[in-house]
Amino acid sequence: MGLAEDVRAGDRLALARLLSWLEEGDPRGEGVLTELYPQTGLGHRVGVTGPPGSGKSTLVNQAVRWCRQHGSERVAVVAVDPSSPFSGGAILGDRIRMRDLSGDPGVFIRSMASRGELGGLARRTAVFVEALIAGGYERIFIETVGAGQAEVDIARMADTTVVVEAPGMGDEIQAIKAGILEIADILVVNKADLPGAQAAVQALHYSLGLAKRPAGAWSPPILTTIAETGEGVEALMEAVNRHQDYLLSSGEGESRELARASSRLEAELRHTLTETFQRTLADGRFEAAVQAVFERRMTPAQAAADLIGERAEA
Amino acid sequence: MYNPLEALPDASTMAKKLRVLIAKPGLDGHDRGAKVIARSLRDAGMEVIYTGLRQTPEMIADAALQEDVDAIGLSILSGAHMALVPRLLEQLRGQGQAHVAVLVGGIIPDDDIPRLKELGVAAVFGPGANTEAIIRAFQEAVTASPKAV
Repeated sequence: MGLAEDVRAGDRLALARLLSWLEEGDPRGEGVLTELYPQTGLGHRVGVTGPPGSGKSTLVNQAVRWCRQHGSERVAVVAVDPSSPFSGGAILGDRIRMRDLSGDPGVFIRSMASRGELGGLARRTAVFVEALIAGGYERIFIETVGAGQAEVDIARMADTTVVVEAPGMGDEIQAIKAGILEIADILVVNKADLPGAQAAVQALHYSLGLAKRPAGAWSPPILTTIAETGEGVEALMEAVNRHQDYLLSSGEGESRELARASSRLEAELRHTLTETFQRTLADGRFEAAVQAVFERRMTPAQAAADLIGERAEA
Repeated sequence: MYNPLEALPDASTMAKKLRVLIAKPGLDGHDRGAKVIARSLRDAGMEVIYTGLRQTPEMIADAALQEDVDAIGLSILSGAHMALVPRLLEQLRGQGQAHVAVLVGGIIPDDDIPRLKELGVAAVFGPGANTEAIIRAFQEAVTASPKAV
C-alpha cells in the first residue's frame, strides 16, 4: 500500500501529506491511519503548555536540540497556535524560535491552527501525534498556548506534561483556576534571570503543597530555565526522562494510555453518533426543535428527548 | 438537510484552508513587509506559517515540506533574488514539491520580473503593491497549481 508504507519507511513528504489529509478530514487519511495504528503505541508524548510569552517555543527548540544531541534519532514538534475568530485564518509563528532545528533531517515540525473547535482540536492533535509516531518519531513535543480547558484536554493526551510559567505572568490563583497545576508533571519557571522568578517558584511550591497526592506518586519538580541561553535545559530534560521511567515502572503510563483510549473512543462515538443521527432526521425537524427552544416552549433537554423519541417510533 | 455543525464557522466541517509559508531568505534584516503580508493573508482566511529572518533556500524548502504548504511567499530586499529564487525552486522540485506556488515580493528590478516568471515564479510584487491584489495572486497561484493527490 502506498502512503502508509512510505510513512513507515520515514518518507517526510508522505508524512506531511498524511497530516494534511488528517487535518482536512479527508477519508483517505483515516484509511492510512487505520493501517498504521498498530505502530502508534511507542512514542513518548511531551506536552508543553503555558501562557503566551512564557517562552515555550524557545524552550522546545532547546529541548529538541538536547534530545538530538543525546541519542534521539527522530524528534517531532506539533505547535498549535490560535486561529483568528474573525477570518478563520492564522499566523503560525513558532518556527521563528525553532530556527536552530531547521535543516536537521531528524526533526519534523508541524504547525497547526486551532481552528476554533471545541472538542475537535484535541482529536486532531491526537491523530497527528499517532501519524508522527508511525513515521518513526520517538519523542513528540506538543506545544499549546495554555489558557484554559482546551489546553487541559490536549495535555491529557501527553504522557508527560510540562507547564511553563514566567515571572510576572499572573498569580498562582490563575494557575489553580485553569486546572493547569493539576495536569503538570513538571513545572518550569522560564526567564529565570528576570526579577520575580524566585517569587514565582515559591508561589508554585505553595500551590503544589496544597495538592493531595497518594504516597509514592510522582511529585512534580519545579525547575528554572533560561531558554534563550539554554540554562536549565539539561535538568529539565533529565526530569522528562525521569518521568518517562516513572510512567513505565509505576504502571502509571499504562493507566494513562488506557484513559487516553477511553477518551478517544468516547469522542469518536459522540462525533459519529451525532452525525448518523442527524442524517436520519426529517427535513425541518431540527429547525422546528430549535424554534421551540428559542420560544421557551421546551427546554433543550426536552427538545432533544423529543427528537430522539420521534425517531425511535418511526 | 440542515446540519447545525455546518452552521458554525470552522467546526467539524474542516474545510480545506490555504496554507502559506512566508519566508525571508538572505541576509537583509527588514521584515516589516513580510509581516504585513502575513497578516493580510491571515485576514483573508489563510493559515500562514511565518519562519522569520535569514533563511536559506534549503531551510525554506524543508519547512514547506513539513508544513505541506500550498504556496510560498518570499520577501527579498537584498537584491539577491536571482541567486536565491532559482536555488529554492530547484530544492522544491528535487523534493517532489514542484506543485508549490512561489511568489516573490520586495525590491525587484523590472528587468528581472520576466526572468523570475520564466523560472516558474507565479507573481512578483514591488513596494506599494495592493494587498488585495497580493491575496488574489496567492489564491490564483494555488488554483493554477494544485497539489498532486
